[in-house]
Amino acid sequence: MTTLWQRAGHAALVLPLLLFLGLFFVWPLVTVLDQAVSDPVVSRHLPATSAASAAWDRSSAPPAEMRQALVRDLRAIDDDQIMGDLVRRLNSAQPGFRTLMKKTVTAARDSSGDLDLGEVDARWRDTAFWRAIAEATNPYTDRNLLAAIDLQRDRAGAIAAIPEGESANRAILLRTFLVASTVTLATGLIGLPYAMLVASATGWRRQLLLAAVLLPLWTSLLVRTTAWYILLQDQGLINSALSALGLIGKPLPLLFNRTGVIIAMTHVLLPFMVLPIYSVLISIPRNLMPAAASLGAGPVRSFIYVLFPLTLRGIASGALLVFMAALGYYITPALIGGPKDQMISSVIAFYATGSANWGMAGALGIVLLAATLVLYGIYGRLSATNTRG
Amino acid sequence: MAIPRIRIDQVSKSFGPVQVIKNLSLDIERGEFVSLLGPSGSGKTTLLMLLAGFEQPSAGSILLDGSRIDHLPPHRRAMGVVFQNYALFPHMSVADNVAFPLKMRGMGRPEIESRVKRALDTVQLAAMRDRRPAQLSGGQQQRVALARALVFEPAVVLMDEPLGALDKQLREQMQLDIRELHKRLELTVVFVTHDQSEALTMSDRIAVFNQGLIEQIGSPRDIYDHPRTRFVAEFIGETNLLHGTVKDHYQDGTTIELDTSRHLTVPRIDASAGASVLVSVRPERIQLGPASVAAQNMLPTRVVDCVYQGDHLRVQLDEAAFGLVARLDRRSAEWPAGADVVAHFAPEDCWVVAA
Repeated sequence: MTTLWQRAGHAALVLPLLLFLGLFFVWPLVTVLDQAVSDPVVSRHLPATSAASAAWDRSSAPPAEMRQALVRDLRAIDDDQIMGDLVRRLNSAQPGFRTLMKKTVTAARDSSGDLDLGEVDARWRDTAFWRAIAEATNPYTDRNLLAAIDLQRDRAGAIAAIPEGESANRAILLRTFLVASTVTLATGLIGLPYAMLVASATGWRRQLLLAAVLLPLWTSLLVRTTAWYILLQDQGLINSALSALGLIGKPLPLLFNRTGVIIAMTHVLLPFMVLPIYSVLISIPRNLMPAAASLGAGPVRSFIYVLFPLTLRGIASGALLVFMAALGYYITPALIGGPKDQMISSVIAFYATGSANWGMAGALGIVLLAATLVLYGIYGRLSATNTRG
Repeated sequence: MAIPRIRIDQVSKSFGPVQVIKNLSLDIERGEFVSLLGPSGSGKTTLLMLLAGFEQPSAGSILLDGSRIDHLPPHRRAMGVVFQNYALFPHMSVADNVAFPLKMRGMGRPEIESRVKRALDTVQLAAMRDRRPAQLSGGQQQRVALARALVFEPAVVLMDEPLGALDKQLREQMQLDIRELHKRLELTVVFVTHDQSEALTMSDRIAVFNQGLIEQIGSPRDIYDHPRTRFVAEFIGETNLLHGTVKDHYQDGTTIELDTSRHLTVPRIDASAGASVLVSVRPERIQLGPASVAAQNMLPTRVVDCVYQGDHLRVQLDEAAFGLVARLDRRSAEWPAGADVVAHFAPEDCWVVAA
């Protein structure tokens, strides 16, 4: 009995956590995934057509039953909003639906009984329009996911690349990874020596150095980014200082380009590199470096053979944290970068808030998540072999 | 006279206002095993750090085979250091740990292989060569550290309380192992410890440290039997100290009047009558007898407690005889608490130190 009660007690302790995770983590993720792959408009609002299309082979002329089902379905829709959604969905698969549907709906509402659609508009004799409807009847689609990486299905249903120039998702994804990698490298190059400095300091010096790296974390991201905006402009502190010193003739272009984005992101993300490395460094036994020295290794070789390999774990965690955080950066590239420096999050934001295309926003989010999970898997594998081997 | 392997010449070391080592001089001969023994904070570890090069002397010089080394960084000195917590590299295998000093010296692969093998054979760890340090027991890690410090044939091996983390049995075994290695490989060893029995077991000479100075240096027998000061007498082994004044001298002895106005006869010392002295008597030298016994040095007293300790009987005596402690043979009869006895000991078992 006691054990049962105890177990119930233990379960009750983790219940808030589980609820929180489920409500604010798992459920939104599932929703995003669902948004990315669901395509319910046609199946929900053209139910008879959807049912009838199942029997059609999609190459011959569509059966009369399906044609009449469409007319009935269209007559049944009395909400302009729904009609708008439907037209938008079909038009995105096959241009021309906008005018075609307008004509057809008017014709359907003005008559009753069977309607010869071929008479209403010649386009109904083209199987391509019927195929677009039939394909849209599936409530699930991979359109968004494919489009997120610049792919689409061609007429035959095979996966093919979207023609050059129509979409830039792949280029932007690549750019996102490039910027995130550059920032990770930069934070590593600055963070490792800095963490070593902090770990070797004692007393108030260590506190001061730690505070210097932590302080930015306690300031709003927007404020920090704006501060960089001020520092980096042509008449900003950096350019005016450099020209006052006579090092440059005309101001360096630091704002609205890649350089500025990377400088600002490196600063903002530096704590996430320094702290894991620092925590690993202070856990390394103090006498290992003296031991290496007594065995004949000078400072440089002690670092290469002893300190660096032992710090690798911290560097890997730091790199992972920085890289993943950098992937999702939005404000900094938006404020400091130019149009060629926007990252995938700004594209997601465009779809989500700019064009209400939740499907595309979700699909891009899923692609980003998948890429991140793959990287995390690689990291997990590497760190596991590291501790085992 | 030959040049000593190590000469420490009037070395001082201060950390801020604190002088940890005070004008200390010490020669260590080739092949000698010298223990630096003392309580914590006595400067023994600091001296080892000065020898290893982790600290620089504030004054004085350190010579290795006649040439100064005190300005050299640690990696340029030929010292093999065994650290308190072994300081093995956790990310390297046992073999790689041992190979490390050879690799740093740019030795060729086959040469490294054979030397590592020999070193691991010496400490009987050949089977563990591919393990990580974390997979070894404390004693095995200690032996890896030893192999690593010996493999490059350093001029001197420095050991900083290397056995402190081991349990008693293993520690005693390792003491004998290290002693045997020292003899076989003719190593020059400087061994820091606060454990006096460890120092007695292993050393050719023991330097007893107290507050930055060497209080006494000599062979284990010398240090134990003839402590020069009260500090040494109390620090090395257990002892009974009896306070008294010098009464008079005769041919080969001196009479001392104890505070209880009893008299003791001790071997002759150079001290004028009336000088205040301490007589040190080791517990194992004290014998107990019935009140009727007759001996040269007798202190009638009463047994407070008698404890059987396996290899000996430990008897605590009454305040009337300075609260003496006696260590009797385990086969002798146990005395009941409260028994009236006479504690007696031979004059040659007494040793007088300055009060």
